[in-house]
Amino acid sequence: MSLPGQPLSSAFDEALAGTPAAGPRRDEGRSARREQLHLLVHSKTFIAGAIIVGFWVLCAILGEAVVPKDPLATDPLSDLAAPSGDNWFGTDRLGRDVFSRVIAGAQGILITAPAATLLGTVLGTALGLITGYFRGAVDDVLSRVVDAFLALPVVIVGLLAIVSLGPSKLTVIVVIGIVFAPSIARTVRAAVLSERELDYVAAARLRSERTPYVLFAEILPNVMGPVMVEFTVRLGYAIFVIAGLTFLGFGIQPPAPDWGLQVFEHYGLISGGFWWPVLFPAMAITTLVIGVNLLADGLTQAFER
Amino acid sequence: MLGLITLWLLSIVIFTMAQVLPGDVARSILGPFADESAVKVLRAELGTDRPLLTQYGDWIGGAVTGDLGDSQAFRRPVTEVLGPALQNSAKLALLAFLIVVPLGIVGGVIAALNEGRPRDRIISIGGLSATAVPEFVWAVVLIIVFSLGLGLLPSTAQFPDGSGPAEQVKYLLLPSLCLVFVLFGYIARMARAGTIESLDADYTRTAIIKGLPQRTVMRRHVLRNSLLPTIAVIATQTGYLFGGLVIVEVIFNYNGIGRVIFQAAQQKDFPLLQSTVLVIGVVYLVATLIADILYSVLNPRVRLGSAE
Repeated sequence: MSLPGQPLSSAFDEALAGTPAAGPRRDEGRSARREQLHLLVHSKTFIAGAIIVGFWVLCAILGEAVVPKDPLATDPLSDLAAPSGDNWFGTDRLGRDVFSRVIAGAQGILITAPAATLLGTVLGTALGLITGYFRGAVDDVLSRVVDAFLALPVVIVGLLAIVSLGPSKLTVIVVIGIVFAPSIARTVRAAVLSERELDYVAAARLRSERTPYVLFAEILPNVMGPVMVEFTVRLGYAIFVIAGLTFLGFGIQPPAPDWGLQVFEHYGLISGGFWWPVLFPAMAITTLVIGVNLLADGLTQAFER
Repeated sequence: MLGLITLWLLSIVIFTMAQVLPGDVARSILGPFADESAVKVLRAELGTDRPLLTQYGDWIGGAVTGDLGDSQAFRRPVTEVLGPALQNSAKLALLAFLIVVPLGIVGGVIAALNEGRPRDRIISIGGLSATAVPEFVWAVVLIIVFSLGLGLLPSTAQFPDGSGPAEQVKYLLLPSLCLVFVLFGYIARMARAGTIESLDADYTRTAIIKGLPQRTVMRRHVLRNSLLPTIAVIATQTGYLFGGLVIVEVIFNYNGIGRVIFQAAQQKDFPLLQSTVLVIGVVYLVATLIADILYSVLNPRVRLGSAE
């Protein structure tokens, strides 16, 4: 599982390694995991997704080291040049090389989207564990607040919060993370509701383990499957939302070579026939979201058997 | 009743985000070099020098009586700005729904009838991919193909004043298609799941065994059950729809509620922003309420179950 673009597997391993659960149960878990891994490696959608996402992760890491031209270097004399042997994807309105900007542009979204999703998953999982385990009044109150939050589309809550706080990469990560938390909490809560009735939880409680231990060391490893699926599904959605916010000018800020930003800066020029500074970054986003969704689809099928 | 509590919580969330998070709005409008006395005057004018609870009370009190305050950017009452914008957005959304609902349901049912076969995979993976691609990507691709390439449709959505329905549809077709692409996947997936479930159900087997023609089985037994969850999903998508409207209306230059939000956000017009978001929350809650009612009307189990 050393596929690039797959930071979850290590998180999953760590979470399991940190579980001082009894011997036999651990082995069982391990063989179940091996079976899931087997399913993953043989899933065509998962492999296809991993290759696409892996490509963009490589671009994000190597980025400026491999691109033919400096993605930030402007050249006012050759602005909006059509694609040619010299500039494969043409140049944009400031004469910057579109190909280099598309390759280097992977970085912004591939830092913000996974970071935001991770934050949302951590917060949402904690919230879901607590509401699902305690139920009663805590659950009722928190569920109401969650409902109120979910009544608004993510883009609009994000817009409102980012306008209030001022746009920056960090704001985007924190805002999207917090906005995602409630819906992740809902999924985790549903999984916890059935787990909490099982014998091992009762056993842990009878051993008079402390509640945080029961929650995070006993229940959490057993709901990791849904959490991982939720993470990848949400990752695709995070890319969707952050790209949208950036397109509106409230995400990643110029002069970063971000894809959404490139489309935003040039979409007005399409009617003048200048399609290349818009189409290529748009295609880059398309391949990335489709890749992430194929990954998510493969994971869902492997875990929900 | 629960809807009202949700709405109240929602208003607190919005108020907190719009009034508490930004800090000193007057200062941020005038910039860091403005004279303190000028800032004070603007604060008094905006009413942000009053206690937060008073401000919240004023806002909600006004909202209940239909007064949403004044927009700073448009220099007009918020209701005057929102009224026509809501109408325009409703047109766009209606056209999108008219296209996507039948398309999504038919796609989902076809996928379900061919479960596991190539036709199913194409619809499922194609729908999933179309849904995942951001609206503005669809928008620029559609503009490049239909507007720049083929020259068939206009690249803006704002139809000239006084144009007839057919003319309006022509202008609104590309923007609504962007929403159609994003919504198609959700609706098709629900319709597919529902149809597969009711194809497997005992009542379907009974209907087939007792010799009903396939057409009748599909119409009376399978579809009637399988489309119920789809209706619920369509209602929840109105929430998403507003997010999509912001982006589509900006790119196609259309004066709807989404563009109002965008302009309010750009100009830091918080009164307009918070009231518009509240209106969106209300529309969403009403839509889910209508879906609930529709669901119970169509589903005798829910209707009779609650009467017991």
